[in-house]
Amino acid sequence: MEKKLLLGDEAIALGAIHAGIRGVYAYPGTPSTEITEYIQRHPVARERGLHCTWCTNEKTAVEAALGASYAGARSIACMKHVGLNVAADAFVNAAITGVNGGLIVIVADDPSMHSSQNEQDSRFYGKFSMMPVLEPSSQQEAYDMMEYGFELSEREKMPVLMRITMRLAHSRADVSVKDEAAPIHQLPYAKDPSSWVLLPANSRRRYAALIEKQPELERLASVSPYVSYNRAAVEKPLGVLTCGIGYNYVMEVPGAAEKFNVLKITQYPLPEELVRKLAADSSAILVVEDGQPCVEESIKAVLSAGYEVKGRLTGDLPRTGELTPDCVATALGCAPVRYFETSQNVVARPPALCQGCGHRDVYTALNEVVKEYPDARVFADIGCYTLGALPPFRAIDTCVDMGASITMAKGAADSGLFPAIAVIGDSTFTHSGMTGLLDAVNDKAQITVIISDNLTTAMTGGQDSAGTNKFEAICLGLGVEPEHVRVVVPLPKNMEEITRILREEIEYKGVSVIIPRRECIQTLNRKLKQKKAEQKA
Amino acid sequence: MKQDIILSGVGGQGILSIATIIGEAATQAGLNLKQAEVHGMSQRGGDVQSNLRLSTEPISSDLIAVGTADMILSLEPMEALRYLPYLNKDGWIITSSAPFKNIPNYPEDEALMAELKALPNVVTIDVEQLAKEHQMPKCANVILLGAASRYLGVLSVEQMRESIARVFASKGEAVVEMNKRAFDIGHSAAQK
Repeated sequence: MEKKLLLGDEAIALGAIHAGIRGVYAYPGTPSTEITEYIQRHPVARERGLHCTWCTNEKTAVEAALGASYAGARSIACMKHVGLNVAADAFVNAAITGVNGGLIVIVADDPSMHSSQNEQDSRFYGKFSMMPVLEPSSQQEAYDMMEYGFELSEREKMPVLMRITMRLAHSRADVSVKDEAAPIHQLPYAKDPSSWVLLPANSRRRYAALIEKQPELERLASVSPYVSYNRAAVEKPLGVLTCGIGYNYVMEVPGAAEKFNVLKITQYPLPEELVRKLAADSSAILVVEDGQPCVEESIKAVLSAGYEVKGRLTGDLPRTGELTPDCVATALGCAPVRYFETSQNVVARPPALCQGCGHRDVYTALNEVVKEYPDARVFADIGCYTLGALPPFRAIDTCVDMGASITMAKGAADSGLFPAIAVIGDSTFTHSGMTGLLDAVNDKAQITVIISDNLTTAMTGGQDSAGTNKFEAICLGLGVEPEHVRVVVPLPKNMEEITRILREEIEYKGVSVIIPRRECIQTLNRKLKQKKAEQKA
Repeated sequence: MKQDIILSGVGGQGILSIATIIGEAATQAGLNLKQAEVHGMSQRGGDVQSNLRLSTEPISSDLIAVGTADMILSLEPMEALRYLPYLNKDGWIITSSAPFKNIPNYPEDEALMAELKALPNVVTIDVEQLAKEHQMPKCANVILLGAASRYLGVLSVEQMRESIARVFASKGEAVVEMNKRAFDIGHSAAQK
């Protein structure tokens, strides 16, 4: 055993390597990105040739991981919470097929929306798909639960969902880890088409089996070594049900273990027997969960009518946002003391596009041309360029989900809006933009698509982008006419050319694609630094 | 014994390097540690902070509670004030006095300095200027760490210097020596 200082994401990655995975399948997304990046950097991954290149999106990631499982290997698929929406078709049906080699789908939720468009709670997907869910409360448990999760997955022949939240993903702590990785775990190939071919007749049988399995999965949660129940030193105190890292905020309250009955949940389906026991021993229950009131809602069905359940729905904890030690302490009657009031001099400092970033030049040009069309609307997408919504640019009108720029522009154009302009990044285009572009081509929609290509997945820190060097070919392949696929270099000196091309393509009565292409200033600087260091050495 | 530190600044200033040096020293000293970081979109020129918790006892929460931080260590004066409600009544603010103005409505320098000076335990140092004077433009953050080392109860100055040597070892002896010197400059500057 050795101790390592690891982010929650890194603890998961190392736990997976040590459990003998054959690969990781993922699309970058804050706060999940560092899981895959850690594996990419790890020497064992290189020695063993573990799969760790980025996938085009979360759906291809989960499907590939399921294929690895079919072939008898252990693998993980990683994504942020909204990525699970993209992967949902594969994810939900993987619970019906079941698995061969162990499969853990790791999803990092982002309550408070530090870097996201919503704060959906992935535990609902666990319930919905009827998969076992693990929710570690610490970096150590995140590491330990990988081996545990693979054993659970292979024994129950089920994929396992591991749900973490941003705070665990991006916080470091000491973790005791094994000295070396277990050998790559390999089972024989799967061969039972009646499990894997989801024709209705097979699906009905598999679905019934999945439902039949639920009591056993619930029993396993009740005996998990990471689930515990501790009674207070007093009679009938408040009972506190903690989920995942909620436990830490409760334990931060001085004397919590003596004052409250604490049921620590880290595995689902929710062990109802333990919840009933907590209720019987306590005067009321406070549910402390990071995310949406998933458990708070469901335990009402377990307890007798009138039993008092407190949490986010009752206002004892805030309805939205991530948990903090402050809001949990307040809910437990130990509100923190403030010695200094909020400063009146402090103003907001929002993030901005980097100086020298090519997206800046794209928006400068676009704003100049859009001025000439009073009804113009710019449908943008998910990436650094979403910052074009803020001053000084205020250049975009929408940003909804990965790929929605092209399809929303098309729908708006169908309904008469002109000019409908889409702005999408290179990585987002291959993630979810290509299919929408085909719709637009097939309908000859009058839209202008700007694929702002900075040769990387920039917002999450500069990961490889699946379509690099392929964008013209992709657009032509999807049927965009060659004379309406235009490439420009977004630099201030090219402003005249860029605005001219924008005007021409806006006026074209069909689909046109403009590709402003210039490397991300962050990845470029990183490469130059590396080069300099190499030259020195 | 515990030391709860809020590190703050603007994305790209190098607060995570400070956290790495303190974290490495704490790990070597056998202290428990938790360090919550900010990654992702907020890094692009926006405000950034990291909660660093060190203790001889086990640590539960990854986040520091309101009214309990022992130190706000900031590379930017307005960013130091942003976390004021988290400061303990005896806590220290160690901050760079050099404002980073990338927003149009940045407050008046005088107002910021007046507010800082009115607080009980504050050390303000122009680490940018010191870094320039000593021809070590990239070491402003380590100079600030040197200043803070006078108030880091759980870790000794020697433990911090050794940690700098380990953290920068891969970059060669010259870089290690420059950072140690930066640390010492900050340590002396905090005395005045």
